[in-house]
Amino acid sequence: MNTANSTIQPEPGSVGVVKPQHLSVVVPPEGFRLECGRSLPAIEVAYETYGVLSPERDNAILILHALTGDAHVAGRHSPDDRKPGWWDFAVGPGRAFDTNRYFVICLNILGGCKGTTGPSSLNPDTGRPYGMTFPAVTLGDMVRVQKHVIDQLGIPSLLSMAGGSLGGMQVLEWLLRYPDFVRSAVILASTSKLSPQSIAFNEVGRKAIISDPAWNNGDYYGAAARPETGLAIARMIGHITYLSDISMDQKFGRRLQNRAEYSYEFNHEFAVENYLHYQGAQFVQRFDANSYLYITKAMDYYDAAADWGGSNLEKACARIKAKTLVVSFTSDWLFPSRQSLELVKALRQNNADVSYLEIESDYGHDAFLIPANADPLIRVVDSFLDNLYPTEGAP
Amino acid sequence: MIRRRLRENILLSDYNMVVSLIEPGSRVLDLGCGSGALLERLIKERQVKGMGVEIEQSAVIECIRKGLSVFQGNIDAGLADYGNASYDYVILNQTLQVIQRPDFVIEELLRVGKQAIISFPHFGYWRIRWQLAFWGRMPKTGKLSFDWFNTPNIHLLTIKDFRQFCRDRNITILKALSLRSGGQTGCLQVKWLPNLLADEGLFVITRQAGA
Repeated sequence: MNTANSTIQPEPGSVGVVKPQHLSVVVPPEGFRLECGRSLPAIEVAYETYGVLSPERDNAILILHALTGDAHVAGRHSPDDRKPGWWDFAVGPGRAFDTNRYFVICLNILGGCKGTTGPSSLNPDTGRPYGMTFPAVTLGDMVRVQKHVIDQLGIPSLLSMAGGSLGGMQVLEWLLRYPDFVRSAVILASTSKLSPQSIAFNEVGRKAIISDPAWNNGDYYGAAARPETGLAIARMIGHITYLSDISMDQKFGRRLQNRAEYSYEFNHEFAVENYLHYQGAQFVQRFDANSYLYITKAMDYYDAAADWGGSNLEKACARIKAKTLVVSFTSDWLFPSRQSLELVKALRQNNADVSYLEIESDYGHDAFLIPANADPLIRVVDSFLDNLYPTEGAP
Repeated sequence: MIRRRLRENILLSDYNMVVSLIEPGSRVLDLGCGSGALLERLIKERQVKGMGVEIEQSAVIECIRKGLSVFQGNIDAGLADYGNASYDYVILNQTLQVIQRPDFVIEELLRVGKQAIISFPHFGYWRIRWQLAFWGRMPKTGKLSFDWFNTPNIHLLTIKDFRQFCRDRNITILKALSLRSGGQTGCLQVKWLPNLLADEGLFVITRQAGA
């Protein structure tokens, strides 16, 4: 279990080279029953770990990724890997999630396309990819699968967990579903339910995919054409919502890309257009269109108050026992501070041990992922964890 | 730097007084809690269940490092998210004079807390009167150490003013202390001519019937 520790340390503070790991969830003979009423006959989960589990098994921290993230949080898969994991600046020796002290785990979510069972996986009953025959999954299903993995890894409780955006929503679901299992939690740029505006953006993204002829009702695996146009448009829309007016202005202004004058043609010539097209083109290389449909739908459906408190968030939060830290970012208009405050209020009315910080940032919803924005976030997470697990207790 | 240290010493002396006023095991909300030094003492010495509110980011992070429960927010926005009488004590320590709407905030304190503990620099202190009356300058003291152009202290008051405020609004004063810096605890109670010789007022007030 601890074999993923770095063997090479190419840069200070990095976990070095890490190995992706896989595990089969132990599924009962009738299959893993999902909230939608259907079952999955088998579930594979891809995950990575960093650091060492203490002999007392009390230093495990679970990190949960956002919509298009994966289990690869930190380090590189090979020494010449071009990019490190998605939260490399936060996870490593001496970093906020200090791998000299904590045993950090991250796993790819159910419905994803990065090694955990999802619509692009082979259906063992047919030997073909699920496509649209994949059952609808919910955040509750994702979290239940994660709990199975943590149990199978022999971890009796979590010191902490953390996630931003969809990751933060899963953290909240964990706290509600397994209140006695988690000592503390960090919820970043997140919410207890999506706003109609967020659902609207998700639907436009899905519609772009579904309208692509190559999507072929989800049956495109092995075909010559994949719904790359639709998925790229979905990513472009998504990307706009992750940035902010001010960050786009600072980054691109009205600059033209590689030209001095307007072309008076309908190809992309503004730097911002070019950037979005680039993001779209990159994204289709690494993400599956059907996974995008399933995961965004699961996000839309999630409503912690409805699931756990009869539509009353305060009542739902009465279940929560963990010490929590909620952080929002001033320029995040996709998951605005208002939504974090709603959650904090519900927790506080239950006399829960909750802290709240609103970080000044121009980076919009993506702020928690931007290394240049790391300082206050890193300091607050480090402070929060440090108090829970004093150095003397480190392995 | 020296001025800052002086200010910290003064706050510490206040803390001793405040700590002595709190019943063990009670629920405490500290508004303008800074880096959480008072809350930490209350938790350690009085076993309170405490929560802080602070606007400044680095102070909030220091609170979190101490393991405290803290909310980054502006006191002027009120305490709408807090239920009636949800705390045994709400503390406003040396913060009243920087608030935009002290009257509104005091009412909120009394709604949310069974008791409110409020301390403030007393503007009737003889040194302050002397500086204004004889030098004709805006007064500067250890507790009010800013210049006129950069001071955050926008609502200055005297001990007499505060008593009048409570009378006008039917607020019950449970305890009134007129204090002066100095002595072993860092704070002396001024019995003789308090409105002239004290440099700080500390009140415990309530709206609760039968308190």
